[in-house]
Amino acid sequence: MSVDGFLQRLRSEGRIVVVGASLAGLRAAETLRAEGFTGTLTLIGDEPYEPYDRPPLSKQVLLGRASAEHTALPRRRAIDAEWRLGVPATGLDMAAKRVRLADGDEVPYDRLLIATGVRARPWPNEAEAGLDGVFVLRTRDDAVALQRRLAEEPRRVFVIGAGFTGSEIASACHERGLPVTVAERGDAPLVGALGGVVGRVAAELQREHGVDLRTGVMVTRLEGDSAGRVRAAHLSDGSEVEADVVVVSLGATRNTEWLAGSGLGAGPRGIACDAGCRAFDIRGIVTDDIFVAGDVARSPHPLFGYQFLSLEHWGNAVSQAEIAAHNMLSDSVDRRPHMWVPAFWSSQFGVSIKSVGVPSMGTEILIAQGALAERRFTGVYGYQGRVIGAVTFDQTRWLEFYQHLIETTAPFPPPFPTVDRRSDGQRPLPADFPDPSVPTHGPTVTLSGYSPADRRITFTPGRH
Amino acid sequence: MRLVVDLNRCQGYAQCAFLAPDVFAMHGDESLLYNPDADEAQREYVERAVAACPVQAILVDQVETPAGAAAGAATSAQEAPRER
Amino acid sequence: MTQASLLRQIIDYSNRPNPYPLYAELRNTPVVREPDGAYVVSTYWEIESLLHDPRVSSDARNLSVPPTDDLSEPEAQSALPPSFIRLDPPEHDRLRRMANRSFGPPHSPRRINDMRGELAEIVTGLIDGIGDTSRFDLVDQFSYPFPVTVICRLLGVPREDEPRFRTWVDTLVTGLDPRRGDDEAERNRVSNEARTQLGMYLAGLVEERRKKPGDDMLSQLTTGTHGADGSMTTIEVITTSVLLLIAGHETTVNLITNGMLTLLRHPEVLQRLREDPAYSVPIVEELLRYEPPVQLLPNRTVLTDVDICGVTIPKGASLWLVVASGNRDPKRFSDPETFDPDRGDIQHLGFGSGIHSCFGAPLARLEAQLALSELARRLDNPRLLEDPPEYRQSAVLRGPRHLALACDGIRP
Repeated sequence: MSVDGFLQRLRSEGRIVVVGASLAGLRAAETLRAEGFTGTLTLIGDEPYEPYDRPPLSKQVLLGRASAEHTALPRRRAIDAEWRLGVPATGLDMAAKRVRLADGDEVPYDRLLIATGVRARPWPNEAEAGLDGVFVLRTRDDAVALQRRLAEEPRRVFVIGAGFTGSEIASACHERGLPVTVAERGDAPLVGALGGVVGRVAAELQREHGVDLRTGVMVTRLEGDSAGRVRAAHLSDGSEVEADVVVVSLGATRNTEWLAGSGLGAGPRGIACDAGCRAFDIRGIVTDDIFVAGDVARSPHPLFGYQFLSLEHWGNAVSQAEIAAHNMLSDSVDRRPHMWVPAFWSSQFGVSIKSVGVPSMGTEILIAQGALAERRFTGVYGYQGRVIGAVTFDQTRWLEFYQHLIETTAPFPPPFPTVDRRSDGQRPLPADFPDPSVPTHGPTVTLSGYSPADRRITFTPGRH
Repeated sequence: MRLVVDLNRCQGYAQCAFLAPDVFAMHGDESLLYNPDADEAQREYVERAVAACPVQAILVDQVETPAGAAAGAATSAQEAPRER
Repeated sequence: MTQASLLRQIIDYSNRPNPYPLYAELRNTPVVREPDGAYVVSTYWEIESLLHDPRVSSDARNLSVPPTDDLSEPEAQSALPPSFIRLDPPEHDRLRRMANRSFGPPHSPRRINDMRGELAEIVTGLIDGIGDTSRFDLVDQFSYPFPVTVICRLLGVPREDEPRFRTWVDTLVTGLDPRRGDDEAERNRVSNEARTQLGMYLAGLVEERRKKPGDDMLSQLTTGTHGADGSMTTIEVITTSVLLLIAGHETTVNLITNGMLTLLRHPEVLQRLREDPAYSVPIVEELLRYEPPVQLLPNRTVLTDVDICGVTIPKGASLWLVVASGNRDPKRFSDPETFDPDRGDIQHLGFGSGIHSCFGAPLARLEAQLALSELARRLDNPRLLEDPPEYRQSAVLRGPRHLALACDGIRP
């Protein structure tokens, strides 16, 4: 049987199973159909809901401007799928090519896409985590429950962790007029993702809006009352904060446990795959029938020294899903690499924060435009003499220029003047990222893996 | 009607907030908040916003979504949305 | 070189009806150096990237050769300081934010939306008043008075003053053209005089609003405070309102007239619009690509040497971005010379892009959508009496001076 014949059969009557029915799973399914796949398509999701969008859950939903039950994703096209929703996958038999489900069913596949994403990291003390009033925020159900409780006007909300989600929750609480305390182990909010220089701006932003921000502290204990409702949090500095709602915002855990023992290269840091989204098995050999996309994937990025990046980014999920779907149906020469330049956004305290590249690789930062004090600025991150990342606070329209600098490994600091260069921008500052051995709460980019000291490539991204 | 905005693309031009103010709102100078499940009566306005977006970041349903999908729950495989 | 440069040919009035073949020729060399040292960029991706490039400045003070022939902007040497269109951040951002406060979201999210009814009334009145349908001028009877009335109401400028400010505005628009060499000093003097006159006229209105504020933009610019940005000085109110008054109608008149001309040249599109007014939405976007009312963005410059397409644009050089050419770049749009509202991908440069993207875009969109759908619905069997029509002088704000039409009657 020729490869062509196989691909043709796969396209017309093959069986493709997608585990994970969220953004990446849906967009992959749509791409499969768009590229002419007419076989059987099964979407498996642990939540009982069709694919919905998560970013609104910590923003407009908490503000009461949208309903958590109504963030289902629009469809680009009909996907004519078998849906298995509310039934988590529990195992994978790579030899028999079958996915096991929690209800005992087994679903056979010719090609498998794993897009199981991440889940909120729970509060480590189970008894405390179980107190009434203790929440995480990741799913639609989480958002419904939290929003309901916020509507009851609690006396104080206590947020553990000042990463992006924690900061967005604090922002929403502030806007709803709820007193809010944020506890962060690092020196400032967002410090893991954007470093200390920008983190200090985020800290000022929070404090100016009346957030009781406590940095450099850990939460040692959550205390409940006799009715099992949370009443206070105890901090490592000996203080106690009374609160009737606690939101645990400690980042995410990758959903890979169901793959334990399967032989696939899956672990707590995600599932390793090649640039074409094909999963590695535990021997480090790339599979040809199992693909990975979205938050759960770790893939080598040529622009960042071929390090394996796991990106919990919305745009990455879409892009990687499209590439994976395309590659599932393609011969090796027609496959495309996933070379999405990392990019994310956040919205908090009325400020739009956007970033491209990998700021957390940066050792220095130059405030190229605007001023930190005005909360409108563009920060450029440098690593070994090149531009590696950029962040904007309310200066979105310049960002693509800096993305281009990243893509072309332009020198750092950028050796030219720009409009709106202020005294902040006269020289680079240490970017002030925390020591990576001291984990902060929830960085959105995790760097790991093989890192050639100085490898350069020519990287020409597709335009739009 | 369902919609989603690719906020990686969004550059805060606010055309959508001008043209469909009941669905899209600026929150500060550049942040966009929107209702992901706009009332059907807003379709005309949303379509103006979609067309006007300078970075083409707004996606609305291109196909009819499964019946009952807006309510969202599909409690078992049998009740799960099944498309044409 | 015996032939005049392409830019000169584009500016030559005889090419006004159809500059597009010249643009196509221009795109063979995406970045062209003019004999006088100006650089002309004509391809989509290069223009798009320069519009987001922070090394590019809109401030004439950064030009190494001051615009002695007043290439683009009468404001540069006028007694009035430049408006935000000719400033860089942070001044640009601050003034634009303050102007936006009384115009759009987040502070005035419904202002433009709430004008829909008023816009419809004005359109109905103008179409009702067309009179002799055997020959009428769409520009004088519709395309010009409509946006003028709208911007007057929005700003709080008395509509009956239009004959006064029209003279000054006409002079200023003529001054936008890069007509190199011919009597520069005199042109300059006349432009400056016109801008000063217009500024003085608006200063009078500002004084009135200060004493007795209304709910118009002029009152809000004059009396409003803008958070951390503070409030506008009187001079800033005047430069901003000069800009808004001119930009508020001089471009929309062309968008509407170019639109009707294009529809009459594409009767099947006009027919579909008559049956489906919502079709005006993609039609207007495609018009902004196909016949943009602002054809080129004149006289920006660079703060440092910038390499683009293998050409180094030296610091301080004058930079021209031909957006109307970028809009027809076959490397960006398939079948770019075809007017096709159904093309789906219409990410045009008609309103520019980046921080200087058109301030009034949402209003212009609504005006043009409404104008074209109502003209299509109400004019019975409309016909062009002259094709090509007589064009206005300006190569920058390009559009017909008159558009002679006939129709069989006006539908109710």
